[in-house]
Amino acid sequence: MAEFYILLLFMIIAAIIAVETTNLLSAVICVGAIGFGGSLMFLFLRAPDIAITQIVVEVLGLIILIRATIARDLTFISGDREFFAVVVSVVIIFVVLLAGIRAFETLPDFGTPIFTKVPGAASQTYISEGLAKTGAANLVASVVLDFRAYDTLGEATVLFTSIIGATVILRRKPKKLLEDLD
Amino acid sequence: MKGMTIIVKTVSSWVKILIFLFGIYIIISGHLTPGGGFAGGIIIASSYVLLMLAFGREFVEENLSLPLASKLDCLGAFAFAMIALLGFVFGGTFFVNFLVEKYGQPLELLSAGTIPLSNIAIGVKVGASLFLVVLTLSMFRPDTSSGKKE
Repeated sequence: MAEFYILLLFMIIAAIIAVETTNLLSAVICVGAIGFGGSLMFLFLRAPDIAITQIVVEVLGLIILIRATIARDLTFISGDREFFAVVVSVVIIFVVLLAGIRAFETLPDFGTPIFTKVPGAASQTYISEGLAKTGAANLVASVVLDFRAYDTLGEATVLFTSIIGATVILRRKPKKLLEDLD
Repeated sequence: MKGMTIIVKTVSSWVKILIFLFGIYIIISGHLTPGGGFAGGIIIASSYVLLMLAFGREFVEENLSLPLASKLDCLGAFAFAMIALLGFVFGGTFFVNFLVEKYGQPLELLSAGTIPLSNIAIGVKVGASLFLVVLTLSMFRPDTSSGKKE
């Protein structure tokens, strides 16, 4: 249990530094540290699938963010904050905090999965019949690619669309401009 | 000389093949051990990103050009959708695992029906698309030709 609190403290400190620092590059690196702590937490919770994905996405996302922040050099933030915006954000944070406390009270204890409390949960079927029905020893793979393959198709579509958008928007010069020049 | 120092170049030229093979291992054994198409594809993409950081963009574009990566991306997405459609044709339902009893026993490398095939398709797709993201971001320069300065 203690390692979770140490990791949580590390992640909270990194998040505060990421918000408070004025240097954009160190803020990006602090965000990477938060993701690293999250992947360690998944590893302690015996979810190595998610831990592997989390850490490689964090590493690659960090490279992409650093590349994007160095290219456009907006390193220092200046200017005062508006009073009205501050009041609105404080109120919203307070409401979300109250809702979060109410939601946490209904959750089961830390470390006990929800399917031990709910008798007819779908995850119990996945665990008891997953190997027989799909033949995959890795239950995560059998859920992701067999029982809930529609979700995976949706994720792949989201990734595909975002790549198309990025390659179109980040072209060196708009095609129309090039045609006008010719 | 393009790229980083000779130390980084030497080390990354040794390490790149290990990272690439590890990504392929994660994809192929995704139905047996932790991992799968998403994680393995990103590891494969990161081996190319390492080469790009060490040797410069032009070196990587000779090996895996932008049109080829784009085609691989489309090929992976197409293969995944085709596996789903084949489930509809042979099994009656979209995405049904129509190969599950056809070959192999559980816990073997060749088992689990369409799951390894889907893993390979997703791995190709994710690896190519994340490589494309880094490549397009490294090509991106702020447009200074129009003469407007902020």
